[in-house]
Amino acid sequence: MITIIDCGLGNLSSIKNMFSYLGIASIVSSDKKEIQKASKLVLPGVGSFDTGMKNLKELDLISLIQEKVLMEKTPILGICLGAQLLLDRSDEGIEKGLALIGGNVISFSETLKKEKFNLPIPNMGWRDVEFKDEEDLKFKSIPSKFYFVHSFYFELEDKNYLWNTSNYGFKFCSGFKKDNVFGVQFHPEKSHQYGMQILKYFANYV
Amino acid sequence: MYSFYPRVIPVLLLKQEGLYKGKNFKEHRYLGDPINALKIFNEKEVDELVFFDIEASKSKTGPNLDMLNEIAGECFMPLAFGGGINSIELIREILSLGVEKVILNSAAVHNKGLVSEAVRYFGSSTITCAIDYKTDFLGRKRVYTHSGTKKTNLEPLAWSKELQTMGVGELIINSIDAEGTKKGYDFTYFKVFQQNLNIPLVISGGSQGKVDFDRCLKQGINGMAGGACFVFQGKHDAVLITYEK
Repeated sequence: MITIIDCGLGNLSSIKNMFSYLGIASIVSSDKKEIQKASKLVLPGVGSFDTGMKNLKELDLISLIQEKVLMEKTPILGICLGAQLLLDRSDEGIEKGLALIGGNVISFSETLKKEKFNLPIPNMGWRDVEFKDEEDLKFKSIPSKFYFVHSFYFELEDKNYLWNTSNYGFKFCSGFKKDNVFGVQFHPEKSHQYGMQILKYFANYV
Repeated sequence: MYSFYPRVIPVLLLKQEGLYKGKNFKEHRYLGDPINALKIFNEKEVDELVFFDIEASKSKTGPNLDMLNEIAGECFMPLAFGGGINSIELIREILSLGVEKVILNSAAVHNKGLVSEAVRYFGSSTITCAIDYKTDFLGRKRVYTHSGTKKTNLEPLAWSKELQTMGVGELIINSIDAEGTKKGYDFTYFKVFQQNLNIPLVISGGSQGKVDFDRCLKQGINGMAGGACFVFQGKHDAVLITYEK
C-alpha cells in the first residue's frame, strides 16, 4: 500500500484521488504504524521548510522515514515542499532536512538577482519539463507540462541524480531520482495526464 | 526564458451546494452538482478553473468551505476561488485547502488594506482581484460589487491601476453587460487595460468560445475566462459541459 504522509501541510486529497483515479490504492496517514507498514511513501506538502520539518519532528516521523528509505529501501516520492524536505538543508530555514539525498534548497530570488533576471517570484504556472528518461514515462506529448508554484529550488550535490529540469530565467533541477528516492518540485496532482504518468511511474517502480 | 502558455479558464458559479450560471449576473439556472462538473473538466484537461461563491458576499454568510474542500480534493488542475473573502484568516484557510489562488472583489473595494496585506502575507501570485463593471445610464463604466448588486463610484481603469500598485498578481476584468450572453468579449474596453497595465489580465464576460479564444491569441490576450460557452450548448442553451479551446 502507498501511504501518503500527512504532516499537516495542505490538502492531500487531490493526490489520493489521482491515485484512485488510476486504480492505485493509497491511504493518507500520519500514524507511525501505517507508515511502518507502507510499501511506498509519498511526502507532499506546501508551506515553509521549517514548519514541514517541525511537524515531522512532532509526529516523531523523522527517524522512521529515514530508516524505511535508507535501510529498508522503501521508495519515497517527495512533492513540492515534501521533495525539498528530502534534501540536507534549505535557504528558507534553519531546520535540518531528512537528508535522503545530498543537496540544498536554494532561494530563487537570490539566484535571479545574481543573474539579473527580472521575473516574478514564486514561479507559478504551467511550465515545460524535460526528463532524462522520457521514453519510460510515456507522456502523450513532449515536452511534458507541469504546474509549478515555488520560490525555492533543488541544488543537488551529485548532478547524476538529476531526473528532470525546467526553466525559469535559467535551467534548474525540477526533479531528482536516486535509487528509491524521488522528488519533484511541480505538482503532479494538479497536472492532469502528465501528473498521472508520474504517479503511475512511481507506483510501478520496483 | 521560460515557457508561457495561454490559459482558457472555465468560471463556475456556486450557490450553496449547486452549480449555477446566469446572464448579466441574474436569472441563474441550476446546472448540477459541482463535483460532477469538475470530473468532466478533469477529463477535458482544463488549464485552470475558477469557482465563485455568488452568495457568499451578498448574504454575508462567508463561502462554503466544506464544499470548497471537496472541490479542491477532486481538482486535478490549478484552482482559484472567490466569493465573500474578507480577511487574512479566511485566505489562509482557503489556501490550506489546496486552492492555488484567492480572488478578492467586494472586500478589496471596501477594505483596500486587505489587498496589500494579503499580498504581503501570501505573495502576489496567490492574490487575484476581479473587477465587475457595467455601463450606467449616462454611458459611464463603473465598478460593481457584491455579485453585481452594488454600484460604486470607481472607474474601472483607475481601480485596476490602484490594484496593480497594491501588488495584486492578476486581474479578472469582467463585463456584467456581456456576462452569460455569448455575444463576444468586450475587446474594445479590454484593450484599455492591456495598454495601461503590466500584470497578467484575464478577459471575462460574453465569451462565444473558440472564436473568441482565437481572437484573444491574435490580440496578445493570455488569460481567457468563459462560463456560458462551456456549459450551455445549442440554440436552446441546453446544459452540456464542454471545453473547446
